Amino acid sequence: MSQTIQLGRRFFLSAAAVTGGGFSLGWSLPAAAQKAGGSELGIWAVIHPDDTTVIRIARSEMGQGTLTGLAQLVADELDADWRFVRAEYVAPEVNQANKRAWGDMSTGGSRGIRASVDYVRKGGAVAKAMLIQTAAKQWGVPASECAASLSVITHTPTGRRLRYGELAAEAAKLTPPTDVAVKTPAEWKIIGRGVKRLDTVEKLSGKLTYAIDVQLPGMLNAAIAQSPVFGGTVKSYDATKIKTMPGVRHVLTLEDKAVVVVADKWYQAKTALAAMTIVWDEGKNGGVDSVQIAAFLKEGLDAKEAALCQQHGDVTAAIAGAAKKVEAVYGTPFLNHATLEPMNCTAKFQDGKVEVWVASQNGDATLAAAAEAAGVKLDAVKVNKHHLGGGFGRRGQQDYTRQAVLIAKQIPGVPIKLIWSREEDMQHGFYRPVTQCKLTGSLDANGNLTGLHARLSGQSILAYLAPQRMENGVDRVAFQGWIPEEFSYMAVPNLLIDHAVRNTHVPVGFWRGVNTNQNTIYMECFMDELALAAGKDPVDFRRGLMGKAPKQLAVLNAVAERAGWGTPLPKGVYRGFAQNTGFGSYTAAVAEVSVSAKGELKIHRIVCGSDPGYVVNPDQVAAQIEGSFVYGLSAVLFSEITIEKGRVAQGNFDTYQVMRLAEMPKVESVLVPSGGFWGGVGEPTIAVAGPAVLNAIFAATGKRIRTLPLTHHDLSHA
Amino acid sequence: MITLNINGQARDVDADPDTPLLWVLREWVGLTGTKYGCGVAQCGACTVHVDGVATRSCSLPVGSVGAAKITTIEGLSADGLSHPVQVAWLQHEVPQCGYCQSGQIMAAASLLVQKPQPTDTDIADMITNICRCGTYQRVKEAIHTAAALTVPTGGKA
Repeated sequence: MSQTIQLGRRFFLSAAAVTGGGFSLGWSLPAAAQKAGGSELGIWAVIHPDDTTVIRIARSEMGQGTLTGLAQLVADELDADWRFVRAEYVAPEVNQANKRAWGDMSTGGSRGIRASVDYVRKGGAVAKAMLIQTAAKQWGVPASECAASLSVITHTPTGRRLRYGELAAEAAKLTPPTDVAVKTPAEWKIIGRGVKRLDTVEKLSGKLTYAIDVQLPGMLNAAIAQSPVFGGTVKSYDATKIKTMPGVRHVLTLEDKAVVVVADKWYQAKTALAAMTIVWDEGKNGGVDSVQIAAFLKEGLDAKEAALCQQHGDVTAAIAGAAKKVEAVYGTPFLNHATLEPMNCTAKFQDGKVEVWVASQNGDATLAAAAEAAGVKLDAVKVNKHHLGGGFGRRGQQDYTRQAVLIAKQIPGVPIKLIWSREEDMQHGFYRPVTQCKLTGSLDANGNLTGLHARLSGQSILAYLAPQRMENGVDRVAFQGWIPEEFSYMAVPNLLIDHAVRNTHVPVGFWRGVNTNQNTIYMECFMDELALAAGKDPVDFRRGLMGKAPKQLAVLNAVAERAGWGTPLPKGVYRGFAQNTGFGSYTAAVAEVSVSAKGELKIHRIVCGSDPGYVVNPDQVAAQIEGSFVYGLSAVLFSEITIEKGRVAQGNFDTYQVMRLAEMPKVESVLVPSGGFWGGVGEPTIAVAGPAVLNAIFAATGKRIRTLPLTHHDLSHA
Repeated sequence: MITLNINGQARDVDADPDTPLLWVLREWVGLTGTKYGCGVAQCGACTVHVDGVATRSCSLPVGSVGAAKITTIEGLSADGLSHPVQVAWLQHEVPQCGYCQSGQIMAAASLLVQKPQPTDTDIADMITNICRCGTYQRVKEAIHTAAALTVPTGGKA
């Protein structure tokens, strides 16, 4: 990978100038770089005379801990003393200018670590080899007699020692080797340890500068109104009333799709925008609502034509010959990401060059979007990456960066900070797709599952965002968890999984866990329905279908054991189980809930297991599991985006409710890394959150919830 | 011109009295540790202390603040680390993306003044700030830890 790329000395120094040196805190933005004099050993590590070790990070940090995890990977191979380790972003334009030497910057699909492990570990090993070679030369001894540990090279026979900080300047003169080996897992010292995150301290004091906090000399602020109906355009607007309002400087449009007010302060811009009259041409979608969309999807459940995920055996015959047939239809709504930091970007256009300050899940794509919007080449763009105030998939899209650049281009020389109001953010997302699913299962006289048909109907993310990735009308992403490599129940003798693609005018996108959320709710709740019909314990019933899924079965067993599946519970408390394979990891969960006679749900305990192959930082994996349940259960309990008159009906957190502390159950993480592969962490466990709780609700009430959110259902029971 | 008492300092601002305190802090005074999340007092990212009481500054017109003492996250402790809530937050590694954490920390600090040894129920009742990353479990644990540390009394507005 990047080790084969030969980069000259001149490049290294210029990269250091762009990305900065080392810092007193664990994390600093390049702009804050105070400390010069670091030496670059390869492209991933910069070591200073005082041993400070700065590790370059190409992916984005949005809370998921990737920044720290990636630094652990490099530092372990480098045999650095973790106390000296700091991190900094690689600037996208530097990556671009050097044939993307630091690899892919996109941070999604739980790939931040697992897709980087090979080249970043090699990067650490390269730096260590350069230090060892330098020490050996100084001592006049063979490199094989030198050992690295805790940022010190020791000549083993004599005990002589040289600190990394003493060696780095000389080591940096060497040509980085290309043929280095990485450690075996048994040799890891930092990988696998729950070291503290590198980016916590600044988050406790308010000092971390998120993109929304950027302040630049002469900066103006922009508020935006986009067409409420997706696809609509600006017909007319009247700015005469607001031009005299405090602070207002400019009123403009963006490609007839949005109206923007630019003012001294953002609050002034927002206030003036709200006072404006804007007439929209709603286009052809001004009459669409959620009821119509539901009917459109329902038709797809029985449609003749459908995109095939997989099939084996003869499911039609199996169902026709069933001793018992079980059928159910499920559905889930559109959902918004609702990152707590609303979309925003600051942009400056001057002399044919563009600079942006932004939170992005993909620095490369941000660079490209800014260039395209400004009409300049990639090398005329500079991107200042800020930590994200939440991403969850939303900030993989570049719409807000594009808008900020389009505004800045109309006001050259002036930095413009565009901030979306919460309402704009709620109503102009890339929503989790709306889908329905009809599941049909056949049981034989002994309660064995002989056939299973899952028919999805609903919107395709790829059709909207990346039609070039559709394969003959098939969106493979729609089948997450259900493709042969992931599906837990391949042992079912007759199987058919297909998808009636039913696209709406509502933009859709990747929402933490993506389609594993809906698909796992459908499949795992239906598995409980089948187990009930078969008269079997839900976990035992699944075990019987998992002969071809040994890794998944091991996680099932670990979770069932930790949760005490089958053991007595306090009166009124009931358990539910769910499992899924996704994003390269194996997950399962047990939920314990009670539901009062009046229908009040309380989630008492979650036990969630994951096998991600290797665990880089167990405390951060636990944090991701805890958080995934909040994000996943928010969607199950409260949240939905509905469409009325072609637009989103919800505007803020009063109408788009999410889970708060009072509803959060205790989540116990069961990490069972089996080794030999690198799976994802941020997303896999969200899939099991919903169905585990829904299955427990059924156990408690006898009520099978097949549509979400729960606010639509009365859980009261006798 | 409105004169505010922010983190023990007098600050003159020329904002319209209807402007929410949040935006005065962020845009007129330049204290950006206090965050915008919703603008309608739902999420709590904008929480500051007004005379020691946790207050959602996005919905408080600056003209109504008067001489009240405002404390923001920047003024919670001199070094940004030493308030018991900050100490406990670091110990439990509470933040993920961190965007809501200024508000969470300010709400927790105010809670501990009112209830120095809060129960889980007290915490659930009084910490209603939204965290989309889902740090609630650690927020709760860290508040108990902070309660066990010495909580400054009286002077922490």
